[in-house]
Amino acid sequence: MGVEGIGARVARKEDKRFLTGKGRYTDDMSVPGMKYAIFVRSPHAHAKIRSIDATAAKEMPGVIDVLDGRQLTADGIGNLICGWMIHSKDGSPMKMGAWRPLADQTVRYVGDAVAVVVADSVDEARDAAEAVVVDYELLPVVTDPVKAMADGQPQLHPEAPNNLIFDWQLGDAAATDAAIAAAAHVTEVKIFNNRLSPNPMEPRAALGIYDSGDDHYTCYTTSQNPHLARLVMSAFYNVAPENKLRVIAPDVGGGFGSKIYIYPEEIVCLWASKRTGVPVKWTCDRTEAFLTDAHGRDHISTAKMAFDSSNRITALKVDTIANLGAYMSLFSSCVPTYLYATLLSGQYDIPAIHANVRTVYTNTAPVDAYRGAGRPEATYLLERTMETAARELGISPAELRRINFIRSFPHQTPVIMNYDAGDYEASLNAAMGAADWNGFADRKAEAERRGMKRGIGMSCYIEACGLAPSSAVGSLGAGVGLWESAEVRVNAVGTIEVMTGSHSHGQGHETTFAQLVADRFGVPIDSVNIVHGDTDKVQMGMGTYGSRSGAVGMSAVVKALDKVEAKAKKIAAHLMEADESDIVIENGELKVAGTDKSVPWFQMALAAYTAHNLPSGMEPGLKEGAFYDPSNFTFPAGCYICEVEVDPDTGRTEIVQFVAADDFGNIINPMIVEGQVHGGLAQGIGQALLEGVHYDPDSGQLLTASYMDYAMPRADDLPSFKVSTSNTPCPNNPLGVKGCGEAGAIGSPPALINAITDAIGNNTLTMPATPEKVWAAAHAAN
Amino acid sequence: MYETNYHRASSVQEAVKLISGAAEGKYLAGGMTLIATMKQRLAAPSDLVDLRHIAEMKGITVNGRSVRIGAATTHHDVASSVELEAVCPAICALASHIGDPHVRHMGTIGGSIANNDPAADYPAAMLALDATIVTNSREIAAADFFTGLFETALNDDEIITAIAFEAPAKAAYRKFPNPASRYAMTGVFVARRDNGDVRVAVTGAGSNGVFRHQGMESALAGNWSPDAVGNVSVDASDLMTDLHASAAYRANLIKVMTKRAVAAA
Ligand SMILES: Cc1cc2nc3c(=O)[nH]c(=O)nc-3n(C[C@H](O)[C@H](O)[C@H](O)COP(=O)(O)OP(=O)(O)OC[C@H]3O[C@@H](n4cnc5c(N)ncnc54)[C@H](O)[C@@H]3O)c2cc1C
Repeated sequence: MGVEGIGARVARKEDKRFLTGKGRYTDDMSVPGMKYAIFVRSPHAHAKIRSIDATAAKEMPGVIDVLDGRQLTADGIGNLICGWMIHSKDGSPMKMGAWRPLADQTVRYVGDAVAVVVADSVDEARDAAEAVVVDYELLPVVTDPVKAMADGQPQLHPEAPNNLIFDWQLGDAAATDAAIAAAAHVTEVKIFNNRLSPNPMEPRAALGIYDSGDDHYTCYTTSQNPHLARLVMSAFYNVAPENKLRVIAPDVGGGFGSKIYIYPEEIVCLWASKRTGVPVKWTCDRTEAFLTDAHGRDHISTAKMAFDSSNRITALKVDTIANLGAYMSLFSSCVPTYLYATLLSGQYDIPAIHANVRTVYTNTAPVDAYRGAGRPEATYLLERTMETAARELGISPAELRRINFIRSFPHQTPVIMNYDAGDYEASLNAAMGAADWNGFADRKAEAERRGMKRGIGMSCYIEACGLAPSSAVGSLGAGVGLWESAEVRVNAVGTIEVMTGSHSHGQGHETTFAQLVADRFGVPIDSVNIVHGDTDKVQMGMGTYGSRSGAVGMSAVVKALDKVEAKAKKIAAHLMEADESDIVIENGELKVAGTDKSVPWFQMALAAYTAHNLPSGMEPGLKEGAFYDPSNFTFPAGCYICEVEVDPDTGRTEIVQFVAADDFGNIINPMIVEGQVHGGLAQGIGQALLEGVHYDPDSGQLLTASYMDYAMPRADDLPSFKVSTSNTPCPNNPLGVKGCGEAGAIGSPPALINAITDAIGNNTLTMPATPEKVWAAAHAAN
Repeated sequence: MYETNYHRASSVQEAVKLISGAAEGKYLAGGMTLIATMKQRLAAPSDLVDLRHIAEMKGITVNGRSVRIGAATTHHDVASSVELEAVCPAICALASHIGDPHVRHMGTIGGSIANNDPAADYPAAMLALDATIVTNSREIAAADFFTGLFETALNDDEIITAIAFEAPAKAAYRKFPNPASRYAMTGVFVARRDNGDVRVAVTGAGSNGVFRHQGMESALAGNWSPDAVGNVSVDASDLMTDLHASAAYRANLIKVMTKRAVAAA
């Protein structure tokens, strides 16, 4: 409805602030008496701390105090934890080693924090940090997860023999093996999913403020989920009880998953503020971000896909080793399990699936969810396998997919998921049409004449957003519920505030959530404010990750709007002496249908607050809240097609066309959805072509600790994307939305690698497909 | 960054005087390398002597085919000089592909050459153009100037004031950028003079920094055409292997970039 309602291309309300430099990020926050923290970090990947001598550092100019892990332990601050319990197939619980916010005995990766300096200025703190003398006893290092599981390798945690955290499975092993044994054809693929650094534009930061008058703490932090941060810091880390801890995540400049977790630094800033009596601020620099932000992916897998004689898939067997780094980060355990193996059916009707997943400690930064989280790993594995199978079977990749598409819904896969709706062939057809798939042969011939190798590849992805319902995720081991809450407050003059537990850090909630209200009441979006990111302002919330803000966060707003609408209609009916069921809301007015009687929205709101003339027994005011717990995941899906030209002399790949045809269900703001797809594609293409975290295997030193060595995608690495959507509304939430934040990063890597391997005629290629690797593979093929 | 004292020199003489009075002074040009290194606390000069405001060190003069570029001239000014473009477009094109616009407006030719990063672009041009590096005390042939990784023939406190060269008949630079840093993973500058003299200088690839490739030079002196490169063998044993590329791949890039540079010259 209207130019600002659902489906309208409304320009983002928040962009004026961001584009004019008026955003307020954690590092912009200043309070009187504030001091600065710098962390002393381990330069070694594995060592025992013999002693820490801060005597000289404490004497340096501007230094207020130097605190270390033993003091933190003595003050009862708890271990960082992983909040999702996974059991191994033998029934034993995952083997979680202790993660101290400041290491007090052992450091396990380069960057592990051992002490903190608080000083008058950042530079003084840095000077003093260099003067802290830590005596380390070096221990042997292991960075390779396969090696780490072998006997005789360095042990990271006494709790986890052979560094094995869990050995988990999903699906029916016997049925899968039987189908493979009986298959007409089996395709076997080895898959490496490269380790990535998330690189949000704003690095992490924290400001801890302890108020001794009220024994109360305030934490400004770069979080995607401030309520979760408060809950975890209160319930598990023993920082302060929830009523004594306010967490504020103001403007946050991107997260991509890496700001879900509660890191040592925010805990230490709060604790140090109490210890020193001054507010303590820490801002991460880019090198620290490369070292300590939770990384993503890092899987080594083998896949076996079985086919019958009519090219129908009969089974899929997957074995995966996931490197979780030195410690178990907050959701590290669910990413390679319930966010991964449950998606291994893809868009295909596969009768039998079995996945085995082992997770391993190594002397590297912790690994957790990164844009897509588990689903890109599943999609990459499946779509590379499908492409390989099509090549082996000698049929077109589109045909092989068509033969195997799921065509009736709901569809129960053998790996938990129950798909509610979708039309996979529609996306495939849309993508092939947009890409002019049939004209490819001519384009390839033309490229050949210029000495270039042209290739085309596709990827049909499915993902799951809005993890739910809470009871189901609880039974799978989640430590939290995955609902969302909202409160809609209509002010006396009719303007509206929406308090949401979702958190916006680039997604545009301030616009799209306001569009829901504009759509419902016909009020301008400028009269609607979206309030989020502050535990004192918003009652409770689970935050933003896994593309859940639309499906779960907006649904909670809708439920609250339902209640507001019902009460508003009652008041209007009373004012106009009409029947409540005859009231319609249009263009900011409440009207009696079929008459010329109306009450402006603001007048109804004023009546609610003056309470001079309300229906008898009605409470004054107009403010309603709701919690929404979805009944199922949502299942966005789509087809991506990538066309490349490879320069055979240098191995350089140019993406000449990229088509994305997505099914996101109903769409609130197409412009924002396109922006999300563009960003996701850039990150997916980054993973496939450019990005990769590298550690030195002997020393455990991070070799890609700056942009000199870590290649981020830039504008000229990317083509102009052709994006489109074809929508099957989600039947399980009131808006019919599915989620669009991660699709681009999930669907694009296999499309790109399928295209490059098609171009060079060699299927053996790992991500990132650097020029050298492509050049070598192209030459090996000839 | 550690604390440091900033000085602005208005003449070469004053700059030398300022640095001789400093405990551990460093000249500052565009700061695109030096300031970043200081921010990382990898360099800690007690004093910085800024050379960017010395008039005699700035600007480009072209006299017939003789070119002189002041050491404090920015990459942007080199890239956009109409006079230079008329006699040696290759060096303008090279400068236009250094870093990004911010870097090109701050970074200087003198700073780049003094720094002698093994993946920097200008050193290849200097060698291939047979340039003279002019300092406050002497003139150094490019062939003697670049002595190793980040090493040059400069003495302590010696200032590069200008570089000078005779524009060749034909020249071109082809760079294969490192996907992360966009410095040269391998860059080749070729130049041919009317007397048939050919120079091929390679940056980004040598394990000892920029170098001339004799095999390419003699093949091209005999036959100035991309085809002449095909049979030249490139020995990978003196080339760099790092995270981004192996020596063997760099050897291939030297051939490909040389071929393309000759085709473009
Ligand atoms: C993001 C980025 C991308 C870049 N990309 C490229 C690239 O693609 N290719 C490339 O070649 N370079 C690249 N550079 C480097 C850039 O060209 C720098 O400008 C150059 O390396 C240093 O020049 P400067 O004027 O900034 O020198 P500074 O950083 O000020 O100084 C560098 C060193 O030279 C000394 N010095 C400076 N001037 C003189 C002088 N006249 N006499 C004696 N000593 C002197 C200084 O004391 C210092 O030791 C890049 C830099 C950045 C930051």
